[in-house]
This record gives sequence, structure tokens and C-alpha cells, in this order.
Amino acid sequence: MLARAVACSVRGLAGVPVIVEADIANGLPNFTVVGLTDRAIQEARERVRAAINNAGYTFPSRRLTVNLAPAEVPKEGTGFDLPIAVAVLMIGNPALRLDGRGFIGELALDGSVRPVTGVLPMARCLRAAGVRQLVVAAENAEEAALVESLEVVGVSSLQRCVAHLDGSAPLAATPPGSPVAVCGDLADMATVRGQATAKRALEIAAAGGHNLLMLGPPGSGKTMLARAFCSLLPDLTSDQSLDVAAVYSLRGALRERPPTSTRPPFRAPHHSVSRAGLIGGGSGLAQPGEISLAHHGVLFLDEVCEFPRTHLEALRQPLEERAVSLVRSRGGVVFPADFVLVAAANPCPCGHLGDERGCSCTAPTLAGYVGRLSGPIRDRIDLVVHVPRQRFNDLFEAPAGESSHTIRARVEAARAVQAVRNGGWRRARHNSALEGRALQELAAPTAAATRLLALAGERLQLSARGYFRVLRMARTIADLRAATVVGEPDVAEALAFRGEQAR
Amino acid sequence: MTADPPGAWRVPRGEASWPARLEHLHSPPHQLWVRGALPSPGAAAVAVVGSRRPTPGGLLSARDIGFQLAVAGIVVVSGLARGIDAASHRGALDGRGCTVAVLGCGIDLCYPREHLPLRNLIAESGCVVSEDGGDAPPDTWRFPRRNRIIAALAEAVIVVEASEKSGALSTARWAADLGREVLAVPGSIRNASSRGSNLLIRDGARPFLEIGDLFESVPALSRALVARSGPPPPGGSAARAAPDDPGEDSVLRRVLDGIGADPVHPDDLAAVLDLPAADLMAALTSLSLRGAITDVCGGRVARTF
Repeated sequence: MLARAVACSVRGLAGVPVIVEADIANGLPNFTVVGLTDRAIQEARERVRAAINNAGYTFPSRRLTVNLAPAEVPKEGTGFDLPIAVAVLMIGNPALRLDGRGFIGELALDGSVRPVTGVLPMARCLRAAGVRQLVVAAENAEEAALVESLEVVGVSSLQRCVAHLDGSAPLAATPPGSPVAVCGDLADMATVRGQATAKRALEIAAAGGHNLLMLGPPGSGKTMLARAFCSLLPDLTSDQSLDVAAVYSLRGALRERPPTSTRPPFRAPHHSVSRAGLIGGGSGLAQPGEISLAHHGVLFLDEVCEFPRTHLEALRQPLEERAVSLVRSRGGVVFPADFVLVAAANPCPCGHLGDERGCSCTAPTLAGYVGRLSGPIRDRIDLVVHVPRQRFNDLFEAPAGESSHTIRARVEAARAVQAVRNGGWRRARHNSALEGRALQELAAPTAAATRLLALAGERLQLSARGYFRVLRMARTIADLRAATVVGEPDVAEALAFRGEQAR
Repeated sequence: MTADPPGAWRVPRGEASWPARLEHLHSPPHQLWVRGALPSPGAAAVAVVGSRRPTPGGLLSARDIGFQLAVAGIVVVSGLARGIDAASHRGALDGRGCTVAVLGCGIDLCYPREHLPLRNLIAESGCVVSEDGGDAPPDTWRFPRRNRIIAALAEAVIVVEASEKSGALSTARWAADLGREVLAVPGSIRNASSRGSNLLIRDGARPFLEIGDLFESVPALSRALVARSGPPPPGGSAARAAPDDPGEDSVLRRVLDGIGADPVHPDDLAAVLDLPAADLMAALTSLSLRGAITDVCGGRVARTF
């Protein structure tokens, strides 16, 4: 006798539909689960047996075999408890209707259904595979209902689930959730007093998706600015919002950020974060790291020079590919990581270089400190801005300036221009990704601007990399003032943010 | 005595090239170890000393003073220390002048180590001297002893920036004891690293506001001006001395007028001039390309002069 139920296994953000086959044969009472399972699935046998008995059904005392197909895909997690139990119960109760339905949920010993992580990516995968109705734990229902044209039923216990399946007490589908803008911004630009240059740099960075480095003594408000930066980014589209929610679902971090939020995520890992925590990783199949949680949003690295150099080196590939691929013992996965990097650092270890108080660092420590940032990650940072220490009266007297809302309108306009113009070039959605021929073609400067660039090359010792950085920034600055060509003032302003000291 | 180390030789007291001014000391050194060529006996020399932890403005001043002295044909004497000392040596090198570095350690040692390239440049166009041969370590007691040589070699001492406990004040005291003129660059009373130099002014040192102050207080130095003939050196501050005129551009004019010699952050400028940050940053780049202003660390800018 055989029964089948549909479940799902996730691999990165992609899923694989899994068929749970249960078979009962004559022989000594036995219960085996096969199909490249992990420890959590082996332990499912005990949970399923106890849940079925405690829910008032009879666990068959014959030889029971459960196979998770396809058998060559590694599977992990406790979400297979519910489909296994349903398949086992169906053998003894043909009234259960399982066709077109998928099941995800963990069982408690008393038969209640518990939520699991990663339901959103699984729901998306099952929908794509043709599943019409998904049965999940009641706590997961709202999250799964974000997927379009998928009927989601939340069940609190095995009995409820069985009653729904045999038609004796059908449950209503959870109303489809739709992404709504939640006003979850951490800070508004208007709350930052003074800092005119830094604010302008943030506007440029937001408009072109440029990575940004803020240098300034302790207490100059770098963290505040980084939080306000997030409020300058446009709302996410519903697709993007779903992508972000899927990563959070996989990490089990939806409590930190509502899945319906359309504001870009803001992640600020401490410099003691492990490499796996930052980039993604872990044993078995990799888990997404902070850089993937910042997908379509902002990754803020405060005290960037305090991060171990290996961590910063590891950021290079994600910064270029906008995704990170991780290979672990149980297979490789790719997580999205399309974020804007905002880094902040003190100008020197004591923090007072160039300050009125004077710097007390020795030259070798200073060289070592600056050396950490040079190289791999520095090349991917377009804008550098110096943030001065705020004087006490500035906090009260300096003008408040524009609100995030006003600046965001300009940023959105500039991004719309880029989307149309850069459309022909793959991978160059934002100006920050313009390179080589695309950059030369789309950011061709006027004759006067070219003269200025040549002069800068000579007098300011602008490097080749610096030249391209300046050109990318100038393109964004021109977009902000809705100009079609890159002019002299655009290049002049971009040069001021180039962050290369003339010697 | 072992053989002289390569590149450095020993000048015993009383030899023809022995700097006569060292004899003014109560206890002159018995010998000098020299790397490079000692300036000619009659050459005019002025010491520029100051804090090892200067402000950006102090560094600019030291470099400018070193440059102007070199252009005037005056030998710049200093101590190869970090900060003001190194900046004044660099200024003198920019001005294609002669500069003398007096070490507080053995002649074979370079302290601080990162000044090795600077030391070699100084030895090419001037000289590096020390009372101690070999690789005598930079012990603390050697520095006051070194300061007396700096004071004795120079006809005047300019203290650029010095905190209350700075070694530069010890040089100034030696100079005063020897009857040398002491000048000090005045600084803000709110700035701790100018406190020592301001105290010197209170105690009677002449404030140094421009190079003319030096010639007025030590008229004998004008002989260097007569001795030096020929065109001023190209490059370096030549461009700085005559920055391109901003012309009719009213924004550039306004921005330039808003910048003083003290470094200022663009944020403060934007507030004072009531200019949008975008226009201001573009104007600053233009001015910097014209050589009218210069970047100092911390994103600040200062006017060149």
C-alpha cells in the first residue's frame, strides 16, 4: 500500500519539490526514512510516531518505509514532519485528498504543528511546480500567503489538518498578503544637523548605487548618517520585497523585519562578526549571511578598518557579482547580495588625525591602519567623504536641511533616468556598475569636462582607477540634475569626492 | 677608533670646515659626524623647530617657512623629527635650498625610521649631522644635547607650533642663552599645540607673521638675499606663489574669499557662504586645480600663499 504527499527542500533561495512516499509492507514493525536525509529528518520518525498516536490516530504497527524523492537531493530541516505524517495517515484513510496540495511543518509530540524557517522560498518553489494549495503551520501562513495565486491554509494541529483534508471541517484560505510600505526608516535626513557635504555625498551614492566611505573622528555622526542613508533609497518593488523576505525567511529572521515591508533592509554587523556570519556559510548547506540580508538595501560596516582583512577580501566577489556563491560539503548554493556598501572609519587609530586635538598615532601604526582598507575593497568604493566632528552648538543651531522625502524624490528621478538609459547594458542597472565600454559610451564627458579631467590627471595625480570612479560619479551627478551629458561642473564635483590625496 | 662608516665622516673640532658658531657654546661638541656636505662657514642659517604632533595648519606653515627661507638662500636647520621638523626640511627641499638635519642618535641610525628617504634627500642637497657616531640609540637624554647644536648652528630660531612641554622650547631656551633671536608663530589661544609658542611671545619672543619679520629682527640675514642670485626655483611653491586668478567667476571668487590660511571644512564654508554643497564642492575642485587652495588631511582646505 502506497501514499504520496508533496513537500519542499530549499537550496539557497531556490527550492526543489520533494515527493514524500510512504509504503506499508508485511514484516516486523519498523519505521525507516530514506532519501539523503539529515539528522533532523531521521529524528522526525520519533516526532511523527508520537504525534499520530497522541492526536488519536493509530500508527501502523507494520513495516513502514518513507522515501523522499528525488533521492539524490540532500534534504534538511524539520519541515518534512507534517508531509510524512499526512502520507502515513493516508494509507489507513483513503478519504484524505492530497492532490494539488503541498505540506510544510514541524510536529510537536502532542500533534500540534509548529512553524519552520524558509517557508517563503519553499512556497514560491511549490507554486512554480504547480501546487495550488499549501498547508503550513498557522504561524507561517501569513508569510506563505505573500506568494501570488497560491492558496495557503494555516493549521494548528494534526487533527485540524486531517479534518481539512477529508472535507469534514475545511479551513478557509489565509487572505493573500500584499507588500505595503511600512514606515520603518531608522532616521530622517532632517534630523541630521549640518554635515552638508556628507549629505550631498549620500544623495549621490543613493542615486547611483555607489559604495561610500565616510572618514571622520569618533562622535561625528557617521552611524546616524548611514541610518539616514537607508531612508534615501526608493521603495522596493513587490518582487524585490519578496526576494528580501525570502532571505529573511531562510535565516528565520522575519521577526526583525516584517515580510510585507517595502523599505530596503539596513544591516550593520559588528566587526566581531564571523566570516560565515558576514558572507554566509555554516556546515551542511550554507545559510545566508549579513550581505544577503542586506540584499536590495544597505550594508553598513562601522569601524571598517577593525574588520579582519580576510572578511573584507571576501566581500570583493559579492561586490562585483552582486551575489555570493558558497560551496559546502552538501553542495553549493548562490545567495543574492545586491547591496550598497556604506563603510565608516576613523581617519587613524586614535581618531584625531587632522583634528584640532592632534593625532597621537605613530607612523607605522597609521600605515598599517590605512593599509587595511587599501586594495581589494577600496577599489569598489566610489565616494569618499570626510565627516568633521560636530560642534556642540551645531546640534541646535545648524539648519535642519531637507527631509529624506524631498531628497528621495530626486533620487527616484535619477534612478528612473538610469533605468531607461542603461537598459541596453546588462548588469548596469545603476551607474555604479558601469564599466569599460558602457561607461565610455554612456558617460562621455563634454570637451570642457574632458579638459578638466586631463588637468586633474596631471595636477592631482589621478590614477586610472580614480579616473573611472570620477566618471561614474559624474554620470550620477549629471543624472541628478537631469542633464543628458556629463558636463564640467559634474566632473568638478565628482573630483571632490574622489578620496585620493594628492601627494 | 674604527674606520669611518661609508657615507659619513668625522669632523674633529678645530678643522677648517668646523662650524665656527658651535664655539659660542659653553661646552661645544668635540666632533661632528657628517653625512653630506656642511654648508660654507659664512652661510646664513635659521632653525625651524616645533611639535612632533602638529595641526594641519602648523604643518602648512612649517613647509611654507622652510620654502621661503630656502628661496631667500638661507640654510634651514632642524631636527628630522616627525611633524614640524620634517615639514620644514621638506619645504627647504621644495625651494631647492640647503638644509641641515641634526640627529638625536648615532649618525648611522635613522630615527624615526620612516624618514629614511627624507634623510637621504637632505644628505644630497645639504647634510645630516650628529654628535654621536655609529648606531647610538635615540635615548631621551640625547635630544636636549642635540637641541643645543641646532640653536648654536642657527642665527635665529623660529618655533612654529609647540605645546607647553615641547622639546622645541628647549631649543628656544638654548638659543636665548646663546643670544640668538627667537621668533614664534602665533597660534590660536584655544589650540593646545600652540600654547608653547604663544608663551614664548608673551615672554618677549618676536611674533613671526611673515618672512620680513625675520629680516627685521636679524638684519645680518639679508646678506643671504644678496648672495643668492638667479631665478627662483621652478615648481614647488612657484605655482603656489602665483595662483591662477579665479577671474570673473563670482562663485569661485566668493569661495576663495571665504577661505583663510587656517584649514576650514567645506561644511563650515557652505554654512558661511550659504552655497549648496554641490556647487561648493565643484568650486573647491576648480580652485584646487588652479593651485589657489590646497587639501589638508581630514577633508579640510586651506589657502596657499
